[in-house]
Amino acid sequence: MKAPERYYDFQKDISGCGVFGVIHKTRGLIPGDIPIRAMTCMHDRGNGLGGGFAAYGIYPDLADKYAFHLMCDTQAALDNAEEVIKHYFTVHLAEPIPTRKNLAIVDPPIVTRYFLTPKKDRPHEGRDLGEQDYVVSAVMHINHKVAGAFVFSSGKNMGAFKGVGFPEDIADFFRLEEYSAYIWTGHNRFPTNTPGWWGGAHPFTLLDWSIVHNGEISSYGINRRYLCEHGYLCTLMTDTEVVAYELDMLIRKHGLSKEMACKVFAPPFWDEIARMPKQEKEAYTALRMVYGQALLNGPFAILVADNTGLFGLNDRIKLRPLVVAEKDDMVFMSSEESSIREVQPELDRVWMPKAGEPVIVHLEA
Amino acid sequence: MAKHITLDASGIYYRQLNEQIREAVAGGATDIVLKNVNGQRYLVGAVEGELNVEIQGVPGQDMCSFMRGPKVRVKANAQDGVGNTMDDGTVIIEGLAGDVVGYAMRGGKIFIKGDVGYRVGIHMKAYMEKLPIIVIGGKAGDFLGEYMAGGIILLLGMFSDKPTEPIAGRSLGTGMHGGVIYVRGDVPREQIGPGLATQPLDESDLLVVQGIVKDYARELGLDAKAILASDFVKIKPFSHRPYGNLYVPA
Repeated sequence: MKAPERYYDFQKDISGCGVFGVIHKTRGLIPGDIPIRAMTCMHDRGNGLGGGFAAYGIYPDLADKYAFHLMCDTQAALDNAEEVIKHYFTVHLAEPIPTRKNLAIVDPPIVTRYFLTPKKDRPHEGRDLGEQDYVVSAVMHINHKVAGAFVFSSGKNMGAFKGVGFPEDIADFFRLEEYSAYIWTGHNRFPTNTPGWWGGAHPFTLLDWSIVHNGEISSYGINRRYLCEHGYLCTLMTDTEVVAYELDMLIRKHGLSKEMACKVFAPPFWDEIARMPKQEKEAYTALRMVYGQALLNGPFAILVADNTGLFGLNDRIKLRPLVVAEKDDMVFMSSEESSIREVQPELDRVWMPKAGEPVIVHLEA
Repeated sequence: MAKHITLDASGIYYRQLNEQIREAVAGGATDIVLKNVNGQRYLVGAVEGELNVEIQGVPGQDMCSFMRGPKVRVKANAQDGVGNTMDDGTVIIEGLAGDVVGYAMRGGKIFIKGDVGYRVGIHMKAYMEKLPIIVIGGKAGDFLGEYMAGGIILLLGMFSDKPTEPIAGRSLGTGMHGGVIYVRGDVPREQIGPGLATQPLDESDLLVVQGIVKDYARELGLDAKAILASDFVKIKPFSHRPYGNLYVPA
């Protein structure tokens, strides 16, 4: 899984990927074969250099623990990462992530999961941080400082599973048909501008946030610098990483709603703002002024999940496909309608959302 | 003599399915039904000649691209890229269609019952007897008819799932320098590309619209009178061949 030499020469990722998401609004459990079959239907949107899934509600017995998923080049890297983890956290359970051999999955890293709570007696460098900031700083520390080790999932009662391969092969490798979840997202990668390596596959996650993305964040450079000023370090060499961290900063730290965060990512055009009523005009002007550096430029269709729901968003001139469908308590979002029909032939409603207008689905309490 | 063939597409990869279609055509098939289609790309792509195809299920990207002649009916929604650079024939979609329908289309007709996505009919062109036509029964996303160089787009806005949306998205007809876009009812000024304006229809426009609507209504089982029971506006380019003198001054 080793990251290539001179990774800093790589700037960003241009891709023609496939995304799929499904949520059961009343937390009914959706078996893993649903997202797997949906992604398999869109096999040709990727090229075998990245596949992945995120699943919510998969660790109900350990739902109050932070579930860290680690990928490590070597046992030594894992040992070093574990030392950091034990420095910051009480370990309740540590185990290899269950996998099976798959001929298409070559040279996989060592994948391990830890169920953690922050230490009661925290090390001095983390004493003043809120609990979630503390967890974020531990993730940044490992990803930035521990060579060959990456935390690729760090939320509660959720997990990301990803790597180099087609999504159906990655799913087989991680035995995802054995999991059930009330939210699933899936991704099929077609990297063209950055390496297809394990850490660069989607989803990208931080705490409960996960994102899968089809497109290219042309503003990656400015977004990354902006995040760096706020303590988020990009280490995974794929543009989409910035969206995961921006979500955490805008929504968790700055208290923006999901709707507002989406308007930061894909703001209305200035001519549209000029036609708005006074109050709205002021709000959107302020949002664009304050968060100009968080705007996502370039084509994107993204699916974002956390433990409260799932949302989909297109760039404001819709340079990537996104279709949404409803069936009873389930909402599907995908690059292609056929992938949804593959797993749910009968649908109540199918539509393509407007560019820049998020479709937000909340889990019912 | 008519020769009917039914192909079951379930679980068949797009390459094999398209091979089967071409074999059927080579074997003299005149009517092909494709059952259980789901996501297979490039269906009926580059197929020539007289042929009826019925597609049951949701076809994949770039359906009927480069097609020359066949009449294809989709009994469901269609995805992106329908009729990409299509040359002749008819595509009828009984549901909605995705982005970039009729991209660089140069002839034939595409009739869509419902809404369409973004960038529909961009780079359409016409030459001599070739006159591509797209009819959209629902509403359209941004950039409808962008860079249009010829042909006709008719936007009805009637069979839409989006009651609160304007009939067309932003940048309607931006950069167009040929062809015409007809819109049933009216379209908000701010949705139209720079320099363009709506104009009322004249007699000859009306005849054209009536003819197209009659065809469209017949194919989709709709009431042509109800469709025509409204005013229409047209959007025409304000310049012709803006780059005609760029390299070789006339």
